[in-house]
Amino acid sequence: MAVAKKKDKPGGVPEATGEELLGYYRQMLLLRRFEEKAGQMYGMGLIGGFCHLYIGQEAVATGIQRALGPGDSVVTGYRCHAHMLLAGADPKAVMAELAGRAGGVSKGKGGSMHMFTKKGDFFGGHGIVGAQVPLGAGLALAHWYRGNDRVAVSYFGDGASNQGQVFEAFNMAALWRLPAIFVIENNQYAMGTSLQRSTAVRDLYRRGEAFGLEGQQVDGMDVVAVRAAADEAVAHCRAGHGPIVLEVLTYRYRGHSMSDPAKYRSKEEVARVRAERDPIEQVRDRLIEGKHAGDEALKEIEKEIKAIVNEAAEYAQNSPEPDAAELYTDVYAS
Amino acid sequence: MPVRVLMPALSPTMTEGNIAKWHKKEGDKVKSGDVLAEIETDKATMEIEAVDEGVLGKIVVPDGTQGVKVNAVIAVILEAGEAASVLATLDLGGAAPAPAASAPAPAAPAPAPTVAAPQAPAPAMTAAPAVAQGRVFASPLARRMAEQSGLDLGALRGTGPHGRVVKADIEAAMVSGAPARAPMAQPMATQAFAAAPPPPPPPGVAYEDVPANNVRRIVAQRLQESKQQVPHFYLTIDCEIDALLKVRKELNARSEAYKLSVNDFVVRASALALRKLPKVNASWLGTAIRYYKTVDISVAVAIDDGLVTPILRNADQKGLAALSEEMKGLAARAREKPMKLQPHEYQGGTFSISNLGMYGIKQFEAIINPPQACILAVGAGEQRAIVKDGALAIATMMSCTLSVDHRVVDGAGGAEFLKVFKGLIEDPLTMLL
Amino acid sequence: MAVQTVREALRDAMAEEMRANPDVFLMGEEVAEYQGAYKVSQGLLQEFGAKRVIDTPITEMGFAGVGTGAAMMGLRPIVEFMTFNFAMQAIDHVLNSAAKTLYMSGGELRCPIVFRGPNGAAARVAAQHSQCYASWYGHVPGLRVIAPWSAADAKGLLKSAIRDPNPVVFLENELLYGQSFEVPEGADFTVPIGKANVVRQGRDVTIVAFSIMVSKAMQAAEKLAAQGIEAEIVDLRTIRPLDTETVLASVKKTNRMVTCEEGWPFAGIGAELAALVMERAFDHLDAPVARVTGKDVPLPYAANLEKLALPQVDDIIAAAKAVCYKA
Repeated sequence: MAVAKKKDKPGGVPEATGEELLGYYRQMLLLRRFEEKAGQMYGMGLIGGFCHLYIGQEAVATGIQRALGPGDSVVTGYRCHAHMLLAGADPKAVMAELAGRAGGVSKGKGGSMHMFTKKGDFFGGHGIVGAQVPLGAGLALAHWYRGNDRVAVSYFGDGASNQGQVFEAFNMAALWRLPAIFVIENNQYAMGTSLQRSTAVRDLYRRGEAFGLEGQQVDGMDVVAVRAAADEAVAHCRAGHGPIVLEVLTYRYRGHSMSDPAKYRSKEEVARVRAERDPIEQVRDRLIEGKHAGDEALKEIEKEIKAIVNEAAEYAQNSPEPDAAELYTDVYAS
Repeated sequence: MPVRVLMPALSPTMTEGNIAKWHKKEGDKVKSGDVLAEIETDKATMEIEAVDEGVLGKIVVPDGTQGVKVNAVIAVILEAGEAASVLATLDLGGAAPAPAASAPAPAAPAPAPTVAAPQAPAPAMTAAPAVAQGRVFASPLARRMAEQSGLDLGALRGTGPHGRVVKADIEAAMVSGAPARAPMAQPMATQAFAAAPPPPPPPGVAYEDVPANNVRRIVAQRLQESKQQVPHFYLTIDCEIDALLKVRKELNARSEAYKLSVNDFVVRASALALRKLPKVNASWLGTAIRYYKTVDISVAVAIDDGLVTPILRNADQKGLAALSEEMKGLAARAREKPMKLQPHEYQGGTFSISNLGMYGIKQFEAIINPPQACILAVGAGEQRAIVKDGALAIATMMSCTLSVDHRVVDGAGGAEFLKVFKGLIEDPLTMLL
Repeated sequence: MAVQTVREALRDAMAEEMRANPDVFLMGEEVAEYQGAYKVSQGLLQEFGAKRVIDTPITEMGFAGVGTGAAMMGLRPIVEFMTFNFAMQAIDHVLNSAAKTLYMSGGELRCPIVFRGPNGAAARVAAQHSQCYASWYGHVPGLRVIAPWSAADAKGLLKSAIRDPNPVVFLENELLYGQSFEVPEGADFTVPIGKANVVRQGRDVTIVAFSIMVSKAMQAAEKLAAQGIEAEIVDLRTIRPLDTETVLASVKKTNRMVTCEEGWPFAGIGAELAALVMERAFDHLDAPVARVTGKDVPLPYAANLEKLALPQVDDIIAAAKAVCYKA
């Protein structure tokens, strides 16, 4: 019988090389600045509809993506811009998609919540809360069917972890020993409902216990810890031990979506997390303390990222709206 | 539900008022905001506006009526789709006061055929023939078939639910011979054109019975009706056309763009004469004579199946070349198989011309094309010996005979038309004026 | 030609396609060890093994999602619902995950999957097990929706569905499973999706039907013929994309149409067909379109009430006569 376990943070901090830390820094900074720009463009009316920002949660997808290799597949819910960028999508095309332009990854037809890149093994971008979990189990089933050693990662939030179909997926994945990693991005709030108000058992890493799934909890603000946990989970799956649950404790700084006034939590709470646990600042401190990089070098990275993001914003705004003829394309494949 | 229009209280103290003037007449469409009428109070004249959409079905209190009580029904608006027949059953809430003696008599209703007078309610739920007045219920297919074959839907008996005319009814009508659509929606006393049983053939005579097609039947029926029911008389006049032929030759030599025929001159002369003498440009309505304000000339064209009369509309406003060009086009399409003319191109017309000159016919009398009052039969231009200024001379002469409906036009009226016509034909330059 | 039941034809279709393409597999409740709740998958486990014929737990939403995810990876799953009544649990994946993905991804991600199983009323199983979903799924762009009648069409269309790169909802009928028809032999035989079939020629009235209602329409047509009314029967076979040309051509010939379906009247397939002929054959209609549908009630259990609720041969006859004005 598999056992869920909780990682003790003190003493359990994994090591990372300076090169790795710089990589995380650059990656997370891109996600942060990209999302900040998206938020700004939303405010300017250049992005419409729903727009769920990932700011604060960057260490989760960054750490896990680093543990994956080519052919490992990923699927998530509607908070998907970061995952899309981590899958290797061009920031220009992602931003253009947010703006609903022809140059977008989905030709402007998917928008913020519906983005995919087959080349990057990223299967969306799904707007129905929890639906991505059986889909992720299906991706894992495909790896199992083909007999390769690839894994499938399904991200979902603490809110989605209450959906019935999540447990249906857990059950089948365990039954068939599918190489599925179920990542619960626990950012404490399902839209405006805190974890305390939505479930009696708040140890989400134990959600799969009834089905025989191993679970692990990890500090999702520490990218190095996330990476280490992900490495273990991937190894577990590749070794044929079946699915595993990873609860990643994280925090979103922004509202659920752009239209969320965030009255369900105090400004102080957000400020405290930002000041004490910000994933990017943590890496920055380690880089400086470990003398892996100086202020100058980090500023240089900041400049590079800024250029990439500005270029993406520029591209998105200059990309034309989709041709009216696109209305009727891609309804059916032939 | 029909909407009752009530006499409004235009001031807190108003108890009655006068209908100064109706701005809409019965049958007019009204929509919210339209001014229906002017109301006089003791203080002022004010307009009342419609608040409902529909057709002004009935004016209950006519222009000039005085002392109309507030809240009396002064008119009824029919909502979309409501038949005028519902008016007969409507309680109009007490009679309005009779028009004051000093009030002008209501004007005679304008001859708008769409205005349906209140009628007795039809017996409910019978497959009674739908009447031409009001809405005819027909299936889309039946409607299309009737239009294509020139049948008058309103005169057919519908056997479908609620008297709906359906495909089977059209087919039955085409077999039995049915009333054609009257060109001007003119109520015409139609007599069932029941085919009498064919007489037995004389012994030893070879023969073939060719079933008459629909066009033939309609032509036959209408001509029979005309000859039997319209009191025809005939006036013949001879026109000298040497000058006309000379002008025609000169004009035709000037351009390749047109080639004028004698008939084009006849049409033009007729049109101008009709404009000058509108009495001839008319129809008998049974209780009135309708004088047309446009000159639309039907020109008979022989086709294999019979006869059609395509129309040169506003012929008095068109020059010779335009008339010539239009006539050629109409005749060509009339002779195509199947005939390519649209119903609106041969239904209607206010005066007809039939020309058999090309066959060498010297003179003939044509049957009037109802509801028109006159048809001009044009013979061949031929050289004849005539007496001119007391001496024999040779001239090219053309005899024209006008068939006249005596109910509409008297002998002198017809003669006057021919005189003007002859003047134009014999001095063709006046046609160019 | 071989004579086969619809059940055998469906099994052969799956078996032939599984032989031809290793990416094709079947999953669903009782499809393997039990040999199919309605024995449609009989023998498949023995031939293809447990990896390609997968018994699932009773978890419709879950396995519909798992199948859809596998299809996104390029596999060609056949997901069997024990009946389409249970697929209501899974309809979110059919619509939101499968049908819309190609469009939302701007053509990036395909989802070649077949959702199949019996649809509509069986016999005396009452309201929750007796619903026709043709118009529900027919509503959705991105889906193909098939509802065959004969065994030949069942086989040929299921093969086409498995080969199709789009998500397909394949609506079978339990009462037809045991009925026999002639079926062309050979693994090459397919029937194109989106083509209706005129199964009976006639000049007086067009009866449009699909699935089991074609049987009832055929019976009605025989009785109508005895009364001098020659009905033309159009078997839609595919609900989406609808073969509008075949329907319109027939209506233009007969000038009248009766639609037949087990589903409810409101916003049903008949309503869609009526709108179609009104929009595109208005001038050819000699009578209003008549719809023969299930009554607007949940399906009752009692035998007499069930019969009243479901469209019967006599209902079709009455409708046909009414539109022919021969009541």
